[in-house]
Amino acid sequence: MKLDLTKESALSLAHEAVRRGASEAEVIIRHRTEFSVSVRLGEIETLQQSSDQGFGLRVLIEGKQASVSGSDLTRDTVLSLMDDAIGLARATSPDDTAGLPGRDEFATSIPDLDLYDSAIEQLPTEEKIELAHRAERAASDYSDQIINFDGGGFDSANGRAILANSLGFAGEYRATSCSLVAVPVASENGKMQRDYWYDVRRKLSELNTPEEIGVMAAKRTLRKLGARPVPIQNVPVVFEPNIARDLVGDIFTAVSGESVFRKSSFLVGQLGERVASERLTVVDDGTRLAGIGSRPFDGEGLATRRTVVINKGVLESYLLNTYTARKLGLRSTGNAGRGLVGAPSVEAGNMYVEPGPHSPEEIIKSISKGFYVTELIGFGVNIVTGDYSRSASGIWIENGELTFPVQGVTIAGNLKEMLNDIEMIGNDLDFRGSVVSPTLLIGRMTIGA
Amino acid sequence: MSTDAISFFLDRYGLTVGDVDKLLTIALARGGDYADLYFEHRVGSTVNIEEQIIKSASRSVMQGVGVRVIVGEKTGYAYTDEIEFEPIRRAAETASHIARTGGSKTPVGVNATPRDLNLYPVEKPLSSVELATKIGLIKRGDEVARAYDSRIREVQSSITDEMKYVMIASSDGRLIGDIQPMARFGLSCIADDDGNLQVGRAGGGGRIGLDFFENELTAEHLGAEAARQAIIQLQAVDTPAGKFEVVLGPGWPGILLHEAVGHGLESDFNRKQTSAFSGLIGQQVTSELCTVVDDGAIPNRRGSLNIDDEGHPTGRTVLIENGILRGYMNDYLNAGLMKSERTGNGRRQSYKHPPLPRMTNTFMLAGNDTREDIIRSVKRGLYAVQFGGGQVDITSGEFAFSASEAYLIEDGKVTAPVKGATFRGNGPEALKHVTAVGNDLELDPGVGMCGKDGQSIPVGVGIPTIKISEMTVGGTQR
Repeated sequence: MKLDLTKESALSLAHEAVRRGASEAEVIIRHRTEFSVSVRLGEIETLQQSSDQGFGLRVLIEGKQASVSGSDLTRDTVLSLMDDAIGLARATSPDDTAGLPGRDEFATSIPDLDLYDSAIEQLPTEEKIELAHRAERAASDYSDQIINFDGGGFDSANGRAILANSLGFAGEYRATSCSLVAVPVASENGKMQRDYWYDVRRKLSELNTPEEIGVMAAKRTLRKLGARPVPIQNVPVVFEPNIARDLVGDIFTAVSGESVFRKSSFLVGQLGERVASERLTVVDDGTRLAGIGSRPFDGEGLATRRTVVINKGVLESYLLNTYTARKLGLRSTGNAGRGLVGAPSVEAGNMYVEPGPHSPEEIIKSISKGFYVTELIGFGVNIVTGDYSRSASGIWIENGELTFPVQGVTIAGNLKEMLNDIEMIGNDLDFRGSVVSPTLLIGRMTIGA
Repeated sequence: MSTDAISFFLDRYGLTVGDVDKLLTIALARGGDYADLYFEHRVGSTVNIEEQIIKSASRSVMQGVGVRVIVGEKTGYAYTDEIEFEPIRRAAETASHIARTGGSKTPVGVNATPRDLNLYPVEKPLSSVELATKIGLIKRGDEVARAYDSRIREVQSSITDEMKYVMIASSDGRLIGDIQPMARFGLSCIADDDGNLQVGRAGGGGRIGLDFFENELTAEHLGAEAARQAIIQLQAVDTPAGKFEVVLGPGWPGILLHEAVGHGLESDFNRKQTSAFSGLIGQQVTSELCTVVDDGAIPNRRGSLNIDDEGHPTGRTVLIENGILRGYMNDYLNAGLMKSERTGNGRRQSYKHPPLPRMTNTFMLAGNDTREDIIRSVKRGLYAVQFGGGQVDITSGEFAFSASEAYLIEDGKVTAPVKGATFRGNGPEALKHVTAVGNDLELDPGVGMCGKDGQSIPVGVGIPTIKISEMTVGGTQR
């Protein structure tokens, strides 16, 4: 007998775990249908269609925690794993902080955040494939120098998430997503360059057209041709939105309760203090309509919300789940993430930098000599110390104009100083994903080779 | 053990060899050149300690079947997490839609194929070890790290293990299985000297059993090693930026090869002519001191496999011989299209993913120099012994990786530790500057994960001490 994919069956499993010895239990059930097509040079490369499911169970016995998960939803298998979970929990240590949220903390209603689009499922396979072909053709037609493709394609997913716990919370929501990407290769004098462009949305109607994506991918690839290094120097650096979002990701890691309670963040102990330029406001909003990072409740059943993380340069809030909030003597911000297995993590909703007054052109115009970053390689970001050292590609700025492409350089700084050194913020914020930013100008960094 | 994995699937899920044949026939019913079924059953466990508390233990059981149909350069793929005839039949039918030529190819009836290799005959896999024993190990590592220095705090440690059963059936008549153990013990800590915070990390494992953590890579060693790194970083000075002579220590710094040449030599990128190494077979791509191989058949290593995820035996593939590019790493699809041999490099993250050409254990063979002589020959440079992750753009060849433990070399002597810095280079160029290769080849301790096309798999790397006459280092000085 198979488990029903309903919140009632999740709730009854949580109660069953308590009957079998758990003091608290939490059940997650996921079901997902996926479609993926990759194309290259006018032909399909890989066509993939599947659906999968899984469940996860977290139990606590007087502060001792364990979890199990599986893809086999046969009732006997689930119950046998449940007994495993209880056995595992007995072997771990009591942790006073661990446990479900308080009874009064759970979401009391499940708002409709417009996360589901039936048009995605109704779109025939042939048309999904054609979207991918069209993006590639648009890139290919844009220039003779686009000689090849390193893949590209259309993906979509349709998922259901169910969460229930022994304190009586039971919630469920459906969400869809779709994405389109093109990855052209251009060549000049025997040297190849590759770049990509993409879009990802909850709703098909909001997705950029294949032509927009293909042309942008082609332009981004072509502008890298002939790239060369520049000597080491200290100059203003402009992060284009697609790179600036990496910085927002670094800010997320630094304000995530997991880094903060372990004191492994350069932003530890600085609530209420000025940590960035007063131009900078960073918000996390898990409730944005049709947002890629939106969900009606978090991985522990708390309502998601809008949290101002940095307000005009002042650190106002960390992003927390129940465990990390208790560790810090604070309240959860509804940012619990939940995989099938393990304890809840901390997850961003839609995290973004509030747009500023400047067009990207204005920002570039303001610089007599500087670097416009379009690509970063490597993982040289140390969240504990803020040290930042990565390999970069981009375009050199001279007298307010983008001039020649740059590659083979490194870029270095420290996040603490970089945040304080944000001099201009663009007006070009676009929710192309869940962690996003407009163009940012950082006053001074070391770049070169 | 080969037939064990086959009977595990057939008995446990009530399937017969005849069912497998029928499923392959359905997969090829609309045409197509080749089809295969990948059965997987994986049991994983984790236990972790933090703040001296065993915070959590977990267990997961994932299983399913992936069906692939190949037509020329095209792949149709579908999977199910129900290992039963009917759901697999539906997946086979879905995958079969890639073929439109009609005219079906009849698969060769499958026959249990014996396996040549037996690289991980583990006596006591971690998956069968009592939880209490694993807790004993991580507690010991935690204690040793804390006792190393009073400035050590925030120790975290975990043991993760899995036992994976796989069975592969293909339309060319192959039916082969494997049972693959894996374990990893990791420990990290933070040193705090009056607000100066530094991280240290150590870890290791492979397709090994409990005795490995009792005798070879002990909790005592891991605890002390992570603490040592964190304490050293407390005194780290800024890394100068610019072009330097760089010495890489043996073992994990082999990640250089993984990024600089490894990915660029995976055959899919070369078939599609999107790699910076495309068309360079027979040409010099590194200094003649370098011979680089990929070898999936080393006993007990993290990147090793008796058979790859397409059922083909692994082995040693010479990628670069004395500086000359010799070959690529192949899976079934790309070997066929490029009219070359399969090399046992077809790998996948799970039944939810089609195979891709991937690395196994990638390393450089030893040379003749001693580490001491290599360091002594450097007037001013950097000596890097531990690294975090790396990344590469295979088309331009640009790669970067970050040092987590590195020192200045001044007048032939290793001096001050420097802060984590990024080392960058360009694939087909970087290793032309290798001017010395040590006699001290080491493989990494067994922690590597490699990502490609959204699929993450365990890999190994290795290198002897080498000297690179010029490499760009991204400093931390402003």
